[in-house]
Amino acid sequence: MDRFTTLSAPAAPLALDNVDTDQIIPARFMKRSRAEGYGPVLLHDLRFDEAGAPRPDFVLNTARHAGAKVLVAGRNFGSGSSREAAVYALWDYGIRCVIAPSFGDIFASNAVKNGLLPARVSEEDAATLQAWLNSANDTQLQVDLESCTITAGGQTIPFSIDPVRRTQLLNGWDDIDLTRERAAAIASFRTARAQAEPWAMAPPAA
Amino acid sequence: MSAPRTLFDKLWDSHVVAEREDGEALLWIDRHFVHEGSHHAFRAVAARNAGLAEPGLTFGVADHYVPTRGRPAIADAGIAGMVTQLSDNAARHGFRLFGLDDPAQGIVHVVGPEQGLTLPGLSVVCGDSHTSTHGAFGALAFGIGASEVAHVLMTQTLWQKKPKRMRIAVHGPLGPHVTAKDLALHVIATVGANGAHGHAVEYQGEAIRALSMESRLTLCNMSIEAGARSALIAPDDTTFAYLAGRPHAPSGADLNRAIALWRTLATDEGASFDREVEIDAAAIAPTVTFGTSPEDALPITARVPDAPALADALAYMGLAPGQRLVGIPVDRVFIGSCTNGRLEDLRAAAAVLRGRRAAVPGLVSPGSTLIKQAAEAEGLHTVFLDAGLEWADSGCSMCVGMNGDLIASGQRCASTTNRNFRGRQGQGARTHLMSPAMAAAAAIAGHLADVRDYPPLER
Ligand code: SF4
Repeated sequence: MDRFTTLSAPAAPLALDNVDTDQIIPARFMKRSRAEGYGPVLLHDLRFDEAGAPRPDFVLNTARHAGAKVLVAGRNFGSGSSREAAVYALWDYGIRCVIAPSFGDIFASNAVKNGLLPARVSEEDAATLQAWLNSANDTQLQVDLESCTITAGGQTIPFSIDPVRRTQLLNGWDDIDLTRERAAAIASFRTARAQAEPWAMAPPAA
Repeated sequence: MSAPRTLFDKLWDSHVVAEREDGEALLWIDRHFVHEGSHHAFRAVAARNAGLAEPGLTFGVADHYVPTRGRPAIADAGIAGMVTQLSDNAARHGFRLFGLDDPAQGIVHVVGPEQGLTLPGLSVVCGDSHTSTHGAFGALAFGIGASEVAHVLMTQTLWQKKPKRMRIAVHGPLGPHVTAKDLALHVIATVGANGAHGHAVEYQGEAIRALSMESRLTLCNMSIEAGARSALIAPDDTTFAYLAGRPHAPSGADLNRAIALWRTLATDEGASFDREVEIDAAAIAPTVTFGTSPEDALPITARVPDAPALADALAYMGLAPGQRLVGIPVDRVFIGSCTNGRLEDLRAAAAVLRGRRAAVPGLVSPGSTLIKQAAEAEGLHTVFLDAGLEWADSGCSMCVGMNGDLIASGQRCASTTNRNFRGRQGQGARTHLMSPAMAAAAAIAGHLADVRDYPPLER
């Protein structure tokens, strides 16, 4: 997986709570293969009207925020469906970090596994950042995962992330390789489990 | 004496294969369910030229994309491709598939319990957030993303951080016409859509013990909508009675041995939770949602609230603050999904509809093909058909619309599903969540209605 250390990139405010993964990528686009790219369908129904034309007032369609690589969102971002395609859509569009007061659990896990940083800030700091992005001269944010800080217009804001996820992002670890090192422990666990709870080994249909 | 443990602690401890210094635990997975949407994970397995660690513990279910009408033909080539891809992967890797033509096909969270694949004390994962459903058996069950699905396929294990423990105690009995769905919506409205974030929730109390297995599944299913990682109900005689005779459940001496062990799956006296919530069952009324998050739920007797934070949601829903919930016109109803597509749900809806006509069109899709058969054996389908509703085959259908069963833009649906998100049932669709009986009442009235105003007609 991709590593994440620091990022200096343009950001966009998405001042909505509960942006669930159905909104990040509507179900009808989930048949795509990854090779086709999920970027064009990111936040599709918020970005485009029913005729497929860009909604001029949606933040990613404005000249100021087109091409953002960071989103500053509201509470409970990425809640709902476990679809990892939500992360693919963000990633393929170019988003590398989402800043929000809270995240859907599965989304945050999916994000890290794809190298995308879910950075948690307080409700007040999210609002401050959104206001700044709407009014400042530039929209450039600096995100530093070593120090867990966001810098915007000379102001520094702390963010939090689960320490394990932070290490994963910093190192770009691949879980499967780590797990394969435990093959012996897995094999002996399996044997013990079959002994203790034989029904756990899925008896065939009676 | 070891320290008192919660049910969740016991389930967790019994699945830890290894622990890392950073606190992550490698968990053994007893049951892994995959569906058509798992294609990204199979692609990851193929990219590594890997096989499945435990094909015997992997079960495929065709549900998200399967048609509910005109089977086995699938008109849309893209959708047909999704169903075929799952069969191809099942054939390639040698796991059991409950495919489109299987007599036991259905929605994954209905099929697992129905087949006796989900059992107390097991760990259950699936690339679907509503995997929390299976916790109704006292199983450690949670939804995972595609990267994690790939990890389980290749290793039968998963790295996880232990969630916090939360108890939701529901005191006293539920009132008449108040179902597990109403309780679930009430809980979500009480704690918030991310109120149980990072927690494994155990439900306790008189109201919970009184719930049937099917109702428990409904409650645990919806817990993800409060942000919970997983949900749990300690197994008891209701659980064991449900499991006896299920195709993949243990039987005979094995079953007795299992039950003896399952009886130890309860929270010990004195075990502590990280968070506790108390709910008064008597305070819960038949409940509906009005907004675009499941936390936007109120008793059917209430009015649409006036709060600035809701302005966007109400605009999407086409509702005005102060409007009475009863009387909001609906365009159609949907009865089904892994939340409310079980036999008990169909019976509850039929009890209201029997002898009456629906004022709006609607679709009834049973949670599994076996449930469809059972419902037909007791004549429920004729109740739906006589009322003017469509009686369809089993699948996720209008819960997610992937198979093409969609609500048109701007249309309003009274739905027994689990998510009223924007666009969940189709672009621009407006969803009101409620119990099957309440959906039946809405069908008859043509607007949101209080099921208590529609007592069963004499037969
Ligand atoms: S019925 Fe809905 S919630 Fe249940 S598995 Fe299908 S899509 Fe998911």
